[in-house]
Amino acid sequence: MLTGSYPRFTETLADPSLQLAIYTATGRLMDKRRATVMPEALPDYQELRNQAHLLKKHTLENLDYYLEQFQAALQARGGKVVYCKEGSEVVEFLAGLARERRAEVIVKSKSMTTEEIHFNERLAEFGVEPVETDLGEYIIQLTHQRPYHIVAPALHMTRYDVARVFQERLGVENETEPEKQTRIARRMLREKFLAADIGVSGANFLVAGSGAVVLVENEGNARMATTLPKVHVAVAGIEKMIPRAQDLAVFLKLLGRSGTGQPLTVYTSFLTGPRREGEVDGPEEFYVVLLDNGRTRLLADREKRESLFCIRCGACLNHCPVYRKIGGHSYPTTYSGPIGAILTPQYLGAKHSPWLPFASSLCGACAEVCPVKIDIPKILLDLRSEAVKAKRKDGENRVEAWSFKIWAWIMRHPRWYEAAGLAARAVLGSEDEGWLRRVPLWLRVGPLKEWLSRRDLPPPPERSFRQLWRSRLPAREE
Amino acid sequence: MSGRVSLFVTCIVDQLFPRVGLAMAEVLEWLGYRVDFPEAQTCCGQPAFNSGYRAEARAVARHFLEVFEGAEYVVVPSGSCTSMITHHFADLFRKDPAWLERARRMETRVWEFSKFVLEVARREDVGARLDAVATYHDSCHALRELGVKEGPRRLLSRVRGLTLREMNRAEECCGFGGTFSVKFPEVSGGMAETKIDAILETGADLVVSIDSSCLMQIQGVLSRAGSPVRTMHLAEVLASR
Repeated sequence: MLTGSYPRFTETLADPSLQLAIYTATGRLMDKRRATVMPEALPDYQELRNQAHLLKKHTLENLDYYLEQFQAALQARGGKVVYCKEGSEVVEFLAGLARERRAEVIVKSKSMTTEEIHFNERLAEFGVEPVETDLGEYIIQLTHQRPYHIVAPALHMTRYDVARVFQERLGVENETEPEKQTRIARRMLREKFLAADIGVSGANFLVAGSGAVVLVENEGNARMATTLPKVHVAVAGIEKMIPRAQDLAVFLKLLGRSGTGQPLTVYTSFLTGPRREGEVDGPEEFYVVLLDNGRTRLLADREKRESLFCIRCGACLNHCPVYRKIGGHSYPTTYSGPIGAILTPQYLGAKHSPWLPFASSLCGACAEVCPVKIDIPKILLDLRSEAVKAKRKDGENRVEAWSFKIWAWIMRHPRWYEAAGLAARAVLGSEDEGWLRRVPLWLRVGPLKEWLSRRDLPPPPERSFRQLWRSRLPAREE
Repeated sequence: MSGRVSLFVTCIVDQLFPRVGLAMAEVLEWLGYRVDFPEAQTCCGQPAFNSGYRAEARAVARHFLEVFEGAEYVVVPSGSCTSMITHHFADLFRKDPAWLERARRMETRVWEFSKFVLEVARREDVGARLDAVATYHDSCHALRELGVKEGPRRLLSRVRGLTLREMNRAEECCGFGGTFSVKFPEVSGGMAETKIDAILETGADLVVSIDSSCLMQIQGVLSRAGSPVRTMHLAEVLASR
């Protein structure tokens, strides 16, 4: 159907405090980003974007080479690489590790990749307690939600919401001051850090040349989670690879600025293997889990491969007027916003959430701010075309398909086009009535009904441009 | 200065906002151009393209290329339709070398109206006069695909009697998005409401844009809210005397 079979997001749209929370938070991130990437602050911003794009393109086109290079470099330093085809393999690996090491608690730093595979819920089934140590993720975990935003998981919650969650789940006083809330979380988490035998992190970048895992963060929890426990496991999608440490000069300049408007995040950690002789800290064992989970399928598509360039800065979410209305939980999977709208159908197939690529006005704000220049609107258009083809194959969506067939025929036959216009304008009413709030009942179906549900309709002019032009001609030739 | 200009008024202007087309013709004639209107024109094909119907979009795009085959300049009162032709036709015909070649030849001849006035006719002052406090809405495809940002503001700044006031987040989408507006009416309507909040904050009595489709959305919501603020296409403003 042209209309009708699309989600309405009624609850989110009708919740003024939620709307305000989303608008304020994303608006602040937009403004902060702008201040750090404008020409006065970062003159070579556009050149950095071009370089980042080319670096990602090059790396992904030679990923086999760089994966092997990474593995060799990491092994030379005593680390181990584990390849996992899908999420269940990651969970099984960690569960096995926990069993062998008799680990009961696993501390985690923020990682979208582990969110993607529902790591926490699945690991809990094996009797292990995974604890999120990023403040936002900790709040989200306490409420059993999924992240609302790639960078700011609890973006939709106010400090009053957080106070309530802490009171209910941790049995503490109702505390609405963010600083004191942080202190509460810190007290709770310190015990977990000390009790944990395994620390799990994600990876912002994997440096092939040196076998390093690079983590950026603001709270210091990732550094704790990766150095305090005896075992550190970094879980990363294979697309996180970059060739050389010097390439970070490009990516680190872009990531903090695009995500949170920080020239550099508070902590940037380079982890290159287990503790060596003479070193005072670091884990005894160091693993990097390289996860596929559908990524090689995307890699095979020359056109849409670009989707894998993403460095998870979240800028496209902040700038997306649709995300800013419907919020993170309206999207069907872990990845929300424009990047989620192109990743989800590619990971899960065109028929999983067929509405997703259509939920965009194609305004292009996402592509404009993307630090690695992913052409999201173009990929959305490709996915729309694929969705239409998939539905056609299954004999669905016939009304819309026929409508466009007839439309295209009319548009190639100017006389029919003119006649159709005349007829449509005749039934809609006349110009004198001003903008139309209602049309004849029998017309209040499909697109017209949906338009009128929120907006008035321009009054149809008595004569089309071509009619007016014809009557103008003789006057001009005199 | 003289030259021949063919109007592509777009289907939405032809059917719903004919005065925009007339205003554009008047300004172009004032600038000294001979203006014609190829009568076989209809649509650029964007509605089908954006909805995922590539074959249908291609058929309509081929019709466009045939109709405007011999044109010297094609001037369009829309950033979105211009961008469809100059940026997306090539994508549509990527597997069809003969039509791709024709699309490529067309790209350099198709001009969004404000860009044509500034870059081809090279005029900022077109002798317009309009007493109004106006705010300018950046339409997305003009802004991000054609790089139209300061141009319309420069043209407006030369209109006698007109005061220009910037709205908050002028670059944020109005929520129209073609079929998006009827597939997701609540989201689209919500986006438009955010837009009109920003408009009303300026105290302007007029919203100007270079795309009639955005203005249809904005005026539709303004009208529903009972606001007296009007909308005008840039061409209509520039044709005001």
